[in-house]
Amino acid sequence: MSDEHEHYEAVVVGAGPGGAAAAAALANYGVETLVLERGVDAGSKNVSGGLIYAEESAPYTIDDLFPDFREEASERPVTEYYLHNVAGDKVKTVDITDLHEHDTEWSDSVLRRRMDSWLAERVHEMTRETGGGLLTDVRVNGLLREGGEIVGVTCDEVDPIRADLVVAADGVNSELARDAGLMDWEDPEEWFQGVKAVVDMPPEVVADRFDVGEDEGVAHLFSGDLFEDVRGGGFLYTNEDSVSIGTVFHLNSLVAERAEPHELLDALLTHPLLAQWLGDDYEEREYSAKLVPDSKKVALKEPHEGRLVVVGDAAGQMQAQGPIIKGMNHAVSAGALAAEAFAEAKSRDDPSSAGRRYAKKLRSEGVMKKLRPPQYRAVSALGERDAVTNVVDGVLTSGVGRTAIKALSGQLDRLFGSPFLTSMVPDTRTSYVTLPTIIAEELGTPVREESTVEPPTLADRIGDLTYDTDIGNPHIRLVDNSVDASGAAVSACPVSAQDFGGGCYREETVTSNGDEERVVSLDTQPCVECGTCAVVADTEWEHPRGGKGVEFREG
Amino acid sequence: MVALHTAVLTKGVPDFREGQVSFDEEGHLERGKTPTVMNPNDRFALEAALQTRVRHGGTVSVMSMGPPGYKDVLREAMETVYADDLYLASDREMAAADTWATAITLSTALEKLGGLDLVIAGFKTADGETGHTGPQACWALDLPIVTHVVALDVDPEAERIRAKRLVEGDIEEIETVEAPLPAFVVTDPEFDPSYRTAGDRLELKDLREETQKRAENFEDHLTTWDHEALNLDPDYIGLDGSPTIVSSVDPIPKAPAEREATMVDPDDEEGMQEILETVQPFAGGD
Repeated sequence: MSDEHEHYEAVVVGAGPGGAAAAAALANYGVETLVLERGVDAGSKNVSGGLIYAEESAPYTIDDLFPDFREEASERPVTEYYLHNVAGDKVKTVDITDLHEHDTEWSDSVLRRRMDSWLAERVHEMTRETGGGLLTDVRVNGLLREGGEIVGVTCDEVDPIRADLVVAADGVNSELARDAGLMDWEDPEEWFQGVKAVVDMPPEVVADRFDVGEDEGVAHLFSGDLFEDVRGGGFLYTNEDSVSIGTVFHLNSLVAERAEPHELLDALLTHPLLAQWLGDDYEEREYSAKLVPDSKKVALKEPHEGRLVVVGDAAGQMQAQGPIIKGMNHAVSAGALAAEAFAEAKSRDDPSSAGRRYAKKLRSEGVMKKLRPPQYRAVSALGERDAVTNVVDGVLTSGVGRTAIKALSGQLDRLFGSPFLTSMVPDTRTSYVTLPTIIAEELGTPVREESTVEPPTLADRIGDLTYDTDIGNPHIRLVDNSVDASGAAVSACPVSAQDFGGGCYREETVTSNGDEERVVSLDTQPCVECGTCAVVADTEWEHPRGGKGVEFREG
Repeated sequence: MVALHTAVLTKGVPDFREGQVSFDEEGHLERGKTPTVMNPNDRFALEAALQTRVRHGGTVSVMSMGPPGYKDVLREAMETVYADDLYLASDREMAAADTWATAITLSTALEKLGGLDLVIAGFKTADGETGHTGPQACWALDLPIVTHVVALDVDPEAERIRAKRLVEGDIEEIETVEAPLPAFVVTDPEFDPSYRTAGDRLELKDLREETQKRAENFEDHLTTWDHEALNLDPDYIGLDGSPTIVSSVDPIPKAPAEREATMVDPDDEEGMQEILETVQPFAGGD
C-alpha cells in the first residue's frame, strides 16, 4: 500500500559530483532531500581520468556549491598542459595550455574516492538539516510507478520510497535512465572506454620529475601510433602523491580491432617518452576502468520523464572533444540546474514542470551547446564517413600532406589551441592516429630514454583490487553465449583477455554429442562494473546490491 | 510507555583470535600476554539494543562486572555499537566469581539501575562457554526470558516483544514467541538487525556518529559500583559466594594430523612426475 511508503520531497540516486551538486543545491533551497549511494562509501564505485573543470561560462561550479572543495578534495591544479604526437620513438610536443585555459576559471586533478567521499560528508550534513540525509550501501534498482506514473524509487535494501522529484545521478550505467526508456546500451559507437593506473609517487618525486611546485600540476595527452589503429589517446595527470595514467578509446574501435584495453595502457606506460616521469620505481596502486558516454551522440536533449530528471553520465553529459575531456563539471551544472528547476516549479505550485524547466535551463545556460556542439554536427556529417577519412588520410600521408604539415609547424600550437577548431574535430582515424603520427614523423625528435617500467599482469591487477562478492547472486547474466553475440567482451572487457582464465569473460570449447562449439562464459567476480559488456555483448546487466562488488580506493 | 530503557550485559574475554591469543607450553592461556576484548557474541546483543533504539528511541545502558580494565571493553561496546551510558560492577570482593555469584551481582546492579524494559545478553562467553550467567541473572530478576533470538520486534504501546528464535534440533526451526515487557532476551549469533526504511538508516547513522563522539570521553558516561554501592554482602559474591568448584583443568590435546604429507621440491622433476602419476587416476573427477 502506497500510504505506507516513506516519502521525501526529493530522492537523489548516486553520490558522484552530479548527485552531490543536485543534493547540495536542493538542500540550499530547503527541499527535504534523501541521497542514496550504492557503494560502501561515496566514490568507491567511481572512476574518472580525472580533471575537474570550473568553467567561466558555467552556471555552477563545484566550489560554488562546496566552498572548500579545492583545499579539501582535489589533488593539484593543472598549470601546464601538453599534447604529445607520437610516431615510434619520435615525439612532437605541443603546448596546449592556452586551449586548456580557454573558458577555465580553474582545473584540478582529482581522485574520486577522496573527492566523492568528502563531498558526501558535506552533502549529508546539508541534507540532514532538511530532514533527509545521505545513505551508502543502498542500491536503487528501479522506478516506483503508480498508474504508469513515476512516483519514486525501489531499492534492494530498503522498502520503496515515494518522492516528488527523483534525480537519477546513477552514472554511466544508469538503471533509472534505462528503466525510464531514456537510454540504452546498444551501439558501441556512442561510447568510449577508459582504463587507468594510479601510480604511487611521493610529492617530492612529483615535484622533481615534473618540475612543479607544491600547488602546481601538469597534464599530458598522448596520441599517434602508440595504439596502432585503435582510435583514442592517453593521458597523464599529476596528483598530490601519485600520478594518474590512462587511455581512452572509442568502444567501436576497440571492438573492431579486438584490442585489449590493458595492453593499450601498458603500451603507454612502457613508452620511452614516459620513462622520464616514471623512473625505475614503478608501483601501481590501482587499476580501474570506466565507460564514457559520447555526449555528441547520446547527451539526452530532454533528460526527464515525469518526476524523474537525469544528470551527469546517466544523461550522457560527458564532453569528449579532441583533447578536451569534460564530464564532472557538466554533471555539477546539470545537478544544480535540476535543483533550481524543481525549486522554481515548486514555488509556482507546478512540481510536474520541473523536468521541462530543467531541460530548458540546460539549453539557456549553454550546457547543451557544449555537449552537442553545432559545429561538430556540420563537420561530422562529412568527416566521419570512411571514404572521406581514407581520402584525407591519403593526402596527409603523401608528400603533399607532409609538406603542408611541415609548413604549418610554426602554427601548430595555435592550431591546437583553437577551441573552435577543437570542437569540430571529427572522430576518425585521421584526428586520432594519422595526423598526430605524421606530425611526429615530420617534426618530432626521437626520445632517448629507455623505459624500465614493468606493468603488473592483468591477474595481479585484479588481485590487488578489493571486492565484496555477492556470492550466488551475479549481477550480470549472459543472455546469448555465442561467440557472435558476446565474443567481443572477451577482449573489450578491461578485466578479461583472450587466453586469460582469470577474468570475467573467456572463450571456451564445449563438446556435446561429438560436436565442438566455441562459446563465451562469464564469471562476474573480477567485474569492475564499467558496463562495457552491456554494450558489446548480449547480457542482462544490473549493478550489484548495495555495498557489494568492487571497491575502488583511488578511483 | 514513555521511552524504552534497555540494558545490555557484556563481558571481557581473552582475544582468542589468531595472532592475539597466547598459550604457554602446557597449553594454558597466558592472561598477561593476551589482550582482553568484548565477548564477540555480545555484539549481537548490542545490535539488538541498537535496533530497538533506532526504531523506538529511548536509552541503552551497557553493563559489565569485572576488574577496572574492563572499562576498555565498555568503551569498545560504546564505540563499535551503541550505548548512552556504561556501568561497571568492580571490586576485589567480586573477583573470582562463578556464574552464580556473577548473576547475583549483575542482577543487583540491574535493579539499582532500575526502570528497565528490556535486558539483553549475548549467547555464551568465549572463555567460560557456560551460557549460565544471563539466565541466572534473569531468574534473580524474575523476568520472562526469550533465548536464541534471531529477530526482535518491540511494541512499546502494547508493552510486548515479539521475537523469532532459532530452535536447533534435527532440523533448524524458527519459532515466533511473544512476551510482555519488561523481558530478558538472549540473542543468537545469527541475530540479524534489519533496517528497511531510509528513516531508520539515517537515524542509525546519526546514532553511530553521536556514539563515536561520546566514546572519546567515555569515562564521563561510566559509573563504577563496588559491593557497598550495591549493598551486597561479600559472603554472597566473588569467590566466597561461588558454589562452583573447579576440580582440575585439562588442556585440550592437539588434534592428530589427519593426512600424511610428503614435501616435494617443485624443481625436482622426478618428484613432480610421481605426484602427477599419483593424482592422475582422480583427474576424471570420480
